[in-house]
Amino acid sequence: MAEILQVNNLVTQFNTEAGLVKAVDGLSFHIKEQEIISIVGESGCGKSVSCLSVMQLVRPPGKIVEGEVLFQDKNLLEYEANDSEMRAIRGADIAMIFQEPMTSLNPVLTIGHQLSEMLIKHENFSKEDALKRVVELMELVGIPDAENRVNAYPHQFSGGMRQRVMIAMALSCNPKVLIADEPTTALDVTTQAQLLKLMTDLVQRLHTSLIIVTHNLGLVARYAERIYVMYAGRVIESGTTKEIFANPRHPYTLGLLRCVPRLDDEEGRKLEPIDGLPPNLINMPPTCAFMPRCSRKQDVCRREPWPALEEVSEGHFVSCYVKSQEKAR
Amino acid sequence: MIGMTEQVILQVKDLKLHFPVTKGLLRKKVADVKAVDGVTFDLIKNETLGLVGESGCGKTTIGRCILRHYQPTSGQIIFDGEDITKTSRNDLRKTRKKMAIIFQDPYSSMNPRTSAGTIVAEPMRIHKMYNSNAEYNNRVIELFKMVGLDPSMIGRYPHEFSGGQRQRIVVARALACEPDLIVCDEPISALDVSIQAQIINLLKELQQSIDGLSYLFIAHDLSVVRHVSDRVAVMYLGRIVEITRSHALYKNPLHPYTRSLLSAIPIPDPFVEEMREEIILEGEVPSPLNPPAGCSFHPRCFMATPDCAKGVPPLRDVGDDHKVACFRV
Repeated sequence: MAEILQVNNLVTQFNTEAGLVKAVDGLSFHIKEQEIISIVGESGCGKSVSCLSVMQLVRPPGKIVEGEVLFQDKNLLEYEANDSEMRAIRGADIAMIFQEPMTSLNPVLTIGHQLSEMLIKHENFSKEDALKRVVELMELVGIPDAENRVNAYPHQFSGGMRQRVMIAMALSCNPKVLIADEPTTALDVTTQAQLLKLMTDLVQRLHTSLIIVTHNLGLVARYAERIYVMYAGRVIESGTTKEIFANPRHPYTLGLLRCVPRLDDEEGRKLEPIDGLPPNLINMPPTCAFMPRCSRKQDVCRREPWPALEEVSEGHFVSCYVKSQEKAR
Repeated sequence: MIGMTEQVILQVKDLKLHFPVTKGLLRKKVADVKAVDGVTFDLIKNETLGLVGESGCGKTTIGRCILRHYQPTSGQIIFDGEDITKTSRNDLRKTRKKMAIIFQDPYSSMNPRTSAGTIVAEPMRIHKMYNSNAEYNNRVIELFKMVGLDPSMIGRYPHEFSGGQRQRIVVARALACEPDLIVCDEPISALDVSIQAQIINLLKELQQSIDGLSYLFIAHDLSVVRHVSDRVAVMYLGRIVEITRSHALYKNPLHPYTRSLLSAIPIPDPFVEEMREEIILEGEVPSPLNPPAGCSFHPRCFMATPDCAKGVPPLRDVGDDHKVACFRV
């Protein structure tokens, strides 16, 4: 399959009073047609800002400083955020689902109104046709009694139902790429399972590529074919999900896998926390950002700048001088 | 570890808490929200009992009843041999000295205008545990060391600490009066993945070093609850549906709700995930204002028969320290 979206050396910075925050610092990733990938990292690692940069939704003081976002042979960063070309792509060809369904919906407009907006703007539907299509979409994402619920307001929906509306909205224009930024974090676990099943089934049917942005390694293991592990604005390890979980080579990836409890843990397993704190992204030193927390650091890590990604086996990239050889368990 | 010699520290017997729903100018009672509806369990000295369930299942309410933040509608809570539902307000302070609570968000559980040392000392000062300031200071230093905080940070204010450190301060405050029971209500949900393990390990280490410390560990994440608890109680709509030893819960879940809850939680291992049974529940948790008749889980249950709507299944002993409330198992 061909690559549908490719991000090269993306740099997004926030110029704040406290100093320059390098939220995304040279990020590259790609996704193929119909692929499901995941971007994993803790809060503040730059995963959400990366998505917003792809969509050109970064607000001042944030600024995309350099990089390329290649989509269908065009570099989207050549457009201004408000250019008609960008607006035609945003929401239609590349759609996004956010974490908080309540803050993503307008509380004073009906669900039907908000869903049909997309169809009218992007697909030139008439108001009546749009509403008909909206009912179909709502049925598609499993909202019961869609014909009546179309006139309801967001507060009349539960959290899970609101996120279903967001999924319907994101898929309404048959996007090529869907970015889901922590789509189920605010929801209960059984609802989370329902929605992810729905989402992965739908993208398969519609031949959409899906990027799941999450901190939950379980979701990654269940749904993603390939993953990118981010730390302090960069990808520190990437590869197929099976390869990364079986042979994690970056000490941070290994640490993440060892610090989470698992349902199938043996009795008496002791979690191995990662020492210290995620870094403050202001005035970062040029050395590896994980070094202060790393239990495997050597002299070379203190001396040399942050290493570039290196291919250690086919399709498996890691940015580390030391490279762990241990299994996660 | 349950045997003849074990001492029961807390007994909850048929606990009910119904919140009245009122309507109109005269606040006429129109219905009850049965937040907790007949819950019975024991907590043994030195044990951790996990209470798990989705939002609205009543797990937090039980924790609040035990500290008597809420006055239960009926039932008994026997703590250290005394039924605290009948304790007078004046005597309650003496009882509460022996229990403490840790909340989800450490920042909002602390007064931002007082120093960490003052926050930790406050419960001891309320209970007049010592006679001189020096004694209080020494005890605060001791507590800081116990939770892994540098005693030189005693004079700092809550905003100067990271999320994990703040939760350590809250743990130190909970330990200040040497309680027999700590109710931990989602103590790690607000923390970053790599920090969660630090707090889990801290709580476990403290329990090992302090004789007679018991935890009631309330959380929605079954992998975390299972990891820290000796026994786990699974709740659905105000009732316990299954209670058993933690390791038995994953290996031999009996209640269909427990099975679907387990299935909904992904295990961070793509090789394990491939083999797992997938149960996707239909619909959402019903409103506790109008729960289904009979077994409240039956409308979503994949094992339900018409008989399930006819009566509430009792929590019955199936041997091996395992109880389940279901007609079909």
